[in-house]
Amino acid sequence: MQDLVSFLNSQLQTVFGLSETLFPYVAAAMVLAIAFGFTVFAAVYAGVFIFFERRIAGRIMSRIGPNRVGPQGLLQFIADAVKLIFKEDIIPTSADRPLFKLAPYLMFIGVVAGFAVLPFSHRVIAADLNVGLLYVLAITSITVVGVLMSGWASNSKWALFGGMRSAAQLVSYEIPSGLALLPAVLLSGSLSTQEIIMAQAGSPEHALTAGGWPWNWYIFHSPMMFVCFVIFFIAQLAEGARLPFDLPEGESELVSGYNTEYSGFRFGAYFTAEFANTWIAGALCVIVFFGGWQIPGAAVPSAEAIAASGATWTWFGYSIEYAGWGAFWLEALSFLFFIVKMAGVVFIIIQLRWTVPRVRIDQMMTICWKYLLPLTFACLFLILGWMIVLPWESTAALVVRIVMALAGAVLLALYAWRVRYNIHSAGDKVYPHWII
Amino acid sequence: MTSYTTEIIDDGKMLINMGPQHPSTHGVINFLVETDGEVIDRAIPEIGYLHRGIEKIGEMVPYPGFMPYTDRVDYLAAMFANESYAMAVEKLLGLELPRRARYLRVIACELNRLASHLVGTGCMPMDLGAFTPFTHWVRERETANDLTEELCGARLTYNYLRIGGVSQDLPVGFDKRLLQYLDHIEPIIPEFNRLITGNEIFVKRLANVVPVTGEEAIAYGLVGPNLRASGVDWDLRRDLPYSAYGEMDFEVPIGKGVRGVVGDCYDRFVVRIEEMTQSIRILRQAVEGLPEGELTCKVPKKIKPPAGTDAFARTESARGELGCYLLADGTDKPARVRFRTGSFAAMCIIEDKSPGLMIADLVAFIASIDVVAPEIDR
Repeated sequence: MQDLVSFLNSQLQTVFGLSETLFPYVAAAMVLAIAFGFTVFAAVYAGVFIFFERRIAGRIMSRIGPNRVGPQGLLQFIADAVKLIFKEDIIPTSADRPLFKLAPYLMFIGVVAGFAVLPFSHRVIAADLNVGLLYVLAITSITVVGVLMSGWASNSKWALFGGMRSAAQLVSYEIPSGLALLPAVLLSGSLSTQEIIMAQAGSPEHALTAGGWPWNWYIFHSPMMFVCFVIFFIAQLAEGARLPFDLPEGESELVSGYNTEYSGFRFGAYFTAEFANTWIAGALCVIVFFGGWQIPGAAVPSAEAIAASGATWTWFGYSIEYAGWGAFWLEALSFLFFIVKMAGVVFIIIQLRWTVPRVRIDQMMTICWKYLLPLTFACLFLILGWMIVLPWESTAALVVRIVMALAGAVLLALYAWRVRYNIHSAGDKVYPHWII
Repeated sequence: MTSYTTEIIDDGKMLINMGPQHPSTHGVINFLVETDGEVIDRAIPEIGYLHRGIEKIGEMVPYPGFMPYTDRVDYLAAMFANESYAMAVEKLLGLELPRRARYLRVIACELNRLASHLVGTGCMPMDLGAFTPFTHWVRERETANDLTEELCGARLTYNYLRIGGVSQDLPVGFDKRLLQYLDHIEPIIPEFNRLITGNEIFVKRLANVVPVTGEEAIAYGLVGPNLRASGVDWDLRRDLPYSAYGEMDFEVPIGKGVRGVVGDCYDRFVVRIEEMTQSIRILRQAVEGLPEGELTCKVPKKIKPPAGTDAFARTESARGELGCYLLADGTDKPARVRFRTGSFAAMCIIEDKSPGLMIADLVAFIASIDVVAPEIDR
């Protein structure tokens, strides 16, 4: 983002003759504008996800879901947001006002700031930090503070319960979730999200090894890596407080958990943050385990080539100029790849949410500390050994990856078949209008 | 400015009101929960929020006029309160029901039991956080309600039974539609089992949670599915048959501790699911074997049982034995009406079973004994 700001500034200087003295103000204004655009992006993103979720939930629960506002109910989230904003913003008299007001923003900031390092394609990334992965784990942890703060400041016992549960849960699951990402960091040798994605590629010479073929994804690197993905997925469910880990807001136990006392816009902020959080969880899975935005067969130009200008993408024998329009479409395609993969992960999260019940708090703790954590450590060390025995570039490693990818395809087919079976097993009888 | 009202009891415990408006109390009940963090020290049910004085109303209105009020005893299974009251009056008068009326009562009651268990077993996963099973069961219950509406014009408060029989005959084509519905719902029960009953998280949440032994269940006066889940093989329909149940062939499911110990929350859930299958079986037999005949027997125009006579009749409701006691004083109004309901008895066990439970366990326990608030308070 810094590059962007300085680039725009230099343009302004040369084109409009902007004086040097105004430089910091313009920079600040631009940062604000970008941040605003960013927040809107995250909010719209969350909104689309809400639509996505509600329609899928509707199908799972054998009802229709929102289909009135906009085409197929796509604009329902705007209607909901408008409703929430126009609602009275109630702060309980005995609440701790400053904390009560601050809490939703912490939650919102924590989630929205996480979007900064999500690479949607080779060039569509707000900030390619060299500690991107660490940053996103750290910044999304701020939400714990927000949740705990709201639980305390509401001065409601149910909200307090929700806040305490959430603190216990989020802090615990940070550990397996962070550790499950470590193998990817070891493999790519970088914490930057962009570099982790670019490391998930075979040799650029052959179209069948270059780019984002499934056998280049980290998830198929080794069986342990697959286990790591499952651990990370579970941990992200817990961190996003999604079922089966939605204990912080378990509506049948804690009324609504930490956000019991919130209404209007503040509640909307929680709501949006929660949904945006799920997108981040999906995006992290895609970045670290599913090859990110990489297009199958497309070899990314190296950083040196880009710096030297005249770099090209190679894709099935074609050379596409990095600075030209061809690259634009390629980037658009990788954006699409990223979104589709992310939507796939998010779909499973949604499907889980509307299928399984909630675990109990002691079971939640047991899962984390007794199973996930030792398993993650074991996987980490096994992967270290694997890396020594079968380095990424070796043919044997490629064969293993291809076998793993095939196994993954079988697993996916099995899942699809099972879902189809469950959808059709009750047949037309799901809609019993024919009786009456 | 800020005043924290969190009550701290002497030993650092927190007193928290679970209810009267709480999502998992199934109506307006309050539980005074004394907790130490997530672990409950004591949960005291506070009932009476829905007391409407139904028993007192019974003393103010003539015998036949009280029938619509009995619907309000248990809104999810109104037919059974109807039947208990009707049977009590019939006992007072010494009436003998025509066979067709008995069969119609069985049809109405079993359809109602099915609808009630659909809600009961649907609410339980909902209280554990899984919302989908509930919507599926509500979808099925719609049809059951539609059928009941055809039968008696109402979907919840039926007022179908009359002293000495039933109010109306089956509508044209009802038997065919009912059989169609049964054919429709029978394969959906295994589907529901695939969705939730076999779900590992669901099992882990319920198995071994709050087991109630057979002796305890009898000591606390638990009835119906709660009693049977504890392994006590007792069902009024089979052991003291009333209306046409003596002619029906069905099994009584009891708790076997399928995934945990006998009498745990999971057993209470499974017993209800199995009872639905049995209800379907009874409904089939009742519809297919429906005899011709009168809808009501000869009932005296003025119902005035002699003073001092009393009667107690009980039926196997969806929530267990629903007893009705009547004391006549020679007028056309009873001197005393009393309902003995399963939910009220089930509330007694909560306080004694609560120490050491998690909050989530308490929610599961309340859901598993399937209490309905108006039936507790009447």
